[in-house]
Amino acid sequence: MVGNYSPAQIADWLVPGRNLFLTIHALGVACFVYIVAKRMVPLLRAERDPRFDQPWARLQRVFKFWLGQWKHPRYKLAGTIHILIFAGFILLAARAFTTLLVGVSENFVMPGLSGRTGRIYDIVTDYAATVVFLCMVVAAIRRLVFKPARYAVPAKYGKGHTADAVFLLGLIAVLMVADSLFAASQAAGHALQGQPAEDLAFLSLPWLLKVALSSTPLATLWAVNVTAYLVHAVTFYFLLCYRPFGIQFHVETSLFSVYFAKLERGMLKPVRWDVSDEHLDQVKSFGVKKFEDFTWKHMLDFYSCADCGRCADNCPANAAGRPLAPRFLTTKARDYAFQHYPVLGSPKESLPLIGNIYSEDEIWSCTTCGACEEECPLLVEYIDKIVDLRRGMIDNGNVPQSLQKPLKALESRGNPYGKLEKKKADWIKAPEFRKGCEVKVLDGKNGADTAYFVDSITSYDDRMQSIGRSTARILDHIGEDFGILGAAEKDSGHEVRRFGEETLFLALRDHNTDAIKAAGVKRLVTADPHAYNALKHDYKDVPPVEHISQVIAREVQSGKIQFNPVENANSVYAYHDPCYLGRHNQVYDDPRTVLDAIPGLKRVEMTRSRDRSFCCGGGGLMLFYEPQEEQRMGVLRVRMAADAGANVIVTACPFCMVNIEDAIKVAGLEGKMSAIDLTELVDQQIVRAADTESLETAKLETATCGG
Amino acid sequence: MARIFAYIVHRSGVVDDSALELAAAGRKIDATAPVTAILTGWGPDFEAACNSLRPSFGEIWKVSNQALAYPNAELVRQALVHVLPPGCILLVPHDHFGIDLAPGLSIKLNSAFASDVLAIEAAEGDALKLVRQEFRGQVSAHVRCDISSGAVINIRPGAFKPEIGAAASGTIVDKSSAAGTLSARRRYVETIAAESGDVDITKHSVLVSIGRGIQEKENVVIAEELAEALGAAVSCSRPVVDAKWMEKSRQVGSSGKTVKPKVYLACGISGAFQHLAGIKGNPFLIAINKNPKAPIFQVADVGIVDDVLEFLPELTNKVREARGVAAK
Amino acid sequence: MEILVCVRRVPDTSENEIQLNAAGNDIERDELVYSINEADNYAVEEALQIRDRVGGNVTVVTVGAEDDEEILRRQLAMGANQAVLLYDEAFTGSDGKGIATVLKDFVQKGHYDLILTGVQADDGAAQVGGMLAAMLDYPFASLVNAITVADGKLKVSREIEGGNREINEIDLPCVLSIQTGINEPRYVGMRGIRQVASVPIPTVGASDLGIAKGTVGEVSAKVKRIDYFVPALSKGAEMLNGSREENAEKVLELVGAKGGLK
Repeated sequence: MVGNYSPAQIADWLVPGRNLFLTIHALGVACFVYIVAKRMVPLLRAERDPRFDQPWARLQRVFKFWLGQWKHPRYKLAGTIHILIFAGFILLAARAFTTLLVGVSENFVMPGLSGRTGRIYDIVTDYAATVVFLCMVVAAIRRLVFKPARYAVPAKYGKGHTADAVFLLGLIAVLMVADSLFAASQAAGHALQGQPAEDLAFLSLPWLLKVALSSTPLATLWAVNVTAYLVHAVTFYFLLCYRPFGIQFHVETSLFSVYFAKLERGMLKPVRWDVSDEHLDQVKSFGVKKFEDFTWKHMLDFYSCADCGRCADNCPANAAGRPLAPRFLTTKARDYAFQHYPVLGSPKESLPLIGNIYSEDEIWSCTTCGACEEECPLLVEYIDKIVDLRRGMIDNGNVPQSLQKPLKALESRGNPYGKLEKKKADWIKAPEFRKGCEVKVLDGKNGADTAYFVDSITSYDDRMQSIGRSTARILDHIGEDFGILGAAEKDSGHEVRRFGEETLFLALRDHNTDAIKAAGVKRLVTADPHAYNALKHDYKDVPPVEHISQVIAREVQSGKIQFNPVENANSVYAYHDPCYLGRHNQVYDDPRTVLDAIPGLKRVEMTRSRDRSFCCGGGGLMLFYEPQEEQRMGVLRVRMAADAGANVIVTACPFCMVNIEDAIKVAGLEGKMSAIDLTELVDQQIVRAADTESLETAKLETATCGG
Repeated sequence: MARIFAYIVHRSGVVDDSALELAAAGRKIDATAPVTAILTGWGPDFEAACNSLRPSFGEIWKVSNQALAYPNAELVRQALVHVLPPGCILLVPHDHFGIDLAPGLSIKLNSAFASDVLAIEAAEGDALKLVRQEFRGQVSAHVRCDISSGAVINIRPGAFKPEIGAAASGTIVDKSSAAGTLSARRRYVETIAAESGDVDITKHSVLVSIGRGIQEKENVVIAEELAEALGAAVSCSRPVVDAKWMEKSRQVGSSGKTVKPKVYLACGISGAFQHLAGIKGNPFLIAINKNPKAPIFQVADVGIVDDVLEFLPELTNKVREARGVAAK
Repeated sequence: MEILVCVRRVPDTSENEIQLNAAGNDIERDELVYSINEADNYAVEEALQIRDRVGGNVTVVTVGAEDDEEILRRQLAMGANQAVLLYDEAFTGSDGKGIATVLKDFVQKGHYDLILTGVQADDGAAQVGGMLAAMLDYPFASLVNAITVADGKLKVSREIEGGNREINEIDLPCVLSIQTGINEPRYVGMRGIRQVASVPIPTVGASDLGIAKGTVGEVSAKVKRIDYFVPALSKGAEMLNGSREENAEKVLELVGAKGGLK
């Protein structure tokens, strides 16, 4: 208190200070509670979402991602600024609370923050407020002067958000200044009157303000003190009540969005959490068609997005110029929620989302690569939402013609090409291959320990069959007792599910599950990361599955696989992490271990690698979809490899191979860049027991594959 | 054997190529009997068309009626029902008009109908042994057509080689009065011409034509580069237009444009007859296709089994080298 | 508007390999998968769109057997209001005219403003629509690629040569045969079919239709298929068997020789 007064003790206004501030608190809190309650209304109408399990695991994630701000440093400057602001806010919480309550009860002290602890706390928070203030200035300058690209809002998505952002930054700065001024004027007043003055942290904002006020007369100090206090209180409550109207709501909701975030990667939400697969026929409407079809957690995600643009910045569809940027999926939904569930007034009529806030192409453009989810500091989920929106479109029969044909073929023939089932195992019959490697077909007469799940593209595509043959030779070499399911194997259905055709997916899954069980195998292996992900996360009751790169890495380390040195000294290899092997399943090291075990192999790392790998363009049904785009994702990726100094791209996924080989041609890099699958390279370099003939065969097979 | 008629399609005074093909088909049915041409229309162009048939047909039945100025199949059908003798055999080209006219005509005449016939193998008393195709041309079928009460037979354009028969006397018989009053519940309004686009493929002597084998829109540029090097134009088959990789104005075929180039490169085109129907004048046809069994190799002069995406750039390089332009 | 769409179940050419059987007189039918004839699917979609614009009812009908129910059900899942199967022993072996006769008798038992068929099916005959119209004495238009309905009048566009479009006015009731590409048919999947699994599809036979004996079936067919065959390959093209480079050079030479290089 300045002099002998404190804001609580104001007696000569209309209302005594104590009562005034009590009223402000009551109004502020009541407003906030009301606003939040109105914001929760759509969540009450939303679909169910069971996120209350595994509390300990969830709490750990809260520590890592919320408190620990784990994802923020992926963007160094913005990340650092945010970590400082966040830390500042956490530290300042008790101080703010105290300051507010002092207006009602002038001697209020936070329990546990009295005496020495209190003084240390005050010093720390003096610095905290200063840091937050400086961060506000830096952030505002960044927004206004440097204008980072990822904050930009293209015209088709609406107005820019810069004005709102700067306004909020300004208000927080005001809050810091008001609090500091309150403390500074108080300390200055005590000092002036020769009373024990609070120690303000040296060179902190309050300290500097106190110095500035050191020769101010007492009456002025009192005015400054009261004004600062009032400004603080009003600004605090204004911010509190304003936040739920924009991106700043994440201040409140982030804790929950992180706590309730998805625990298992790679798996998709079912059509309805409370409906088992067998009862799906009873569900009247599949997928998300209107806003209320989203689950409450997804709606919470819309509220929690901080509009940082990191997702869109890493989205390959966005980079390719497709009409999709994840950030705007969220902001448009949020705007819809704010409009249709206003704080003042009653909810408005529900509109279909597709055709109103979303376009069809926008939703079909996603390759489900997961870069957005990997990047988001608030753990906002995207893939489930896109799959749900696709389910809704499929349910309405609204499917691009280019996708209808492969879906129809999948239904009739179990593969998107419409090829005959009995030809699925034809790839094992290639004469040169057969001489060196007899592949068993697990048709009831033959059994094996392991089933090699080949999947559609590797079985039927002339080029990709080479991956199948290399994989078979590798398994043969390490003495694995394996076979293939042959005609009994249908498409894994991985993309079918992610394109929203849940019913067809379930039919494929059930058929394959029966075939796998009938074969009586104990393990599954595949060279196709999409099949791998499906068998691991989408299928239940099947034996454990490994990707071939994991098998090879293990046998490299055990010594069972040895390599001949690379012959071409000019080859520089770059490994491209397939989305469904790397990001979704975190298999980053095994393929690299394998490559590094090849003597003389020069390997470089692309700037975007591992969990920041850039999607090749997508697999499965995505190969049939005709997107509107300015560039192909594959072309962008191939240029990244060239920029890293590589002339050979190694992939571990047949779809990556399709896209990359195609992109090499389109980018005009034929002759300068080539692509090879990991299995083909391993097959080529493996040391075989003095059998030069099969070595030549292997080389013949892979002769067109570069390397 | 019943009397054989050939329905003659004509435009702006010029008779369609199918006229002589139908004459040839008629002679396959009955080598001895003359084929009578029959045509409907109105005005000086129609008269010119009738006259132009004199060297090729012994008798020409002319049905002149103002209502038939535009060939509305509904009206033509009525006229023919009134004019044609019962039990006759009428040959019609299997084009957009023949498809419109013939099936209903066969019902009104109470005769048999055979559609899209490629060959007439035998005439055995009351029946003809015909050849048709099914399943989009993947298999052929022998068909027996009972002609005891007459028949309407649609002949596939281009299936029969046009013949100029024995010297014809070319008498024009005016059957207009027999047509009767014609009225129909379908009225012709207008014809909307296809957008001409920037390139008129009918004017080029060399065409680089692409089909499904080009695989994606982005690959069309491969054909464009070759066309540029050759001074040719790029045309295409229907699936390419349906997939929206090229405009309709580039389509060669029965529902697209008819072209008469000197050289036709069929790249990744399977050879469906609807496409081939658009190629007239017997150009030198070079076919490139990954599938050695593609029907196009039956009609091409020279064939190469290869992936067009690989072959065309190679060819473009050769052309550029030959013309002294640096190969890319 | 009461709309009837006549459809047919055919072996899908893109999902089957059509081959002759061992005896050489028919195609190999063991592993065929079937679907609705592509042009008929466009016709049903068009009917649904017209119904949704002007109101009314869409019925799909086929002349077939029990196996053909699956495509009728698929079209119900697509949105058709009713489906009817016209089946009778007496219908087997019908030629195009026989099928049109069965359909004609069915049409006359009801009342339809607009009857649609696909332009042609797997046998490429393109005949049933035209025949049906003549039997009913309704106006007919084939190769229709656009339909507009205004004040109970119909304007249709026909696909003619050169990509041109012939615009006609046509009175109702009429028969139209629909060309592929007229619209973008909606997707129907397994789920849709399951949702209409219990909708009854009545079977109507010869006596229900009052069909005169001898007008349908094999006995009345004037056009009968004798066999399937693959024609002996004519000489065909001269195949170039060199390397890619050699082939390209040869092609360049030939193009020049034929006057193709300016």
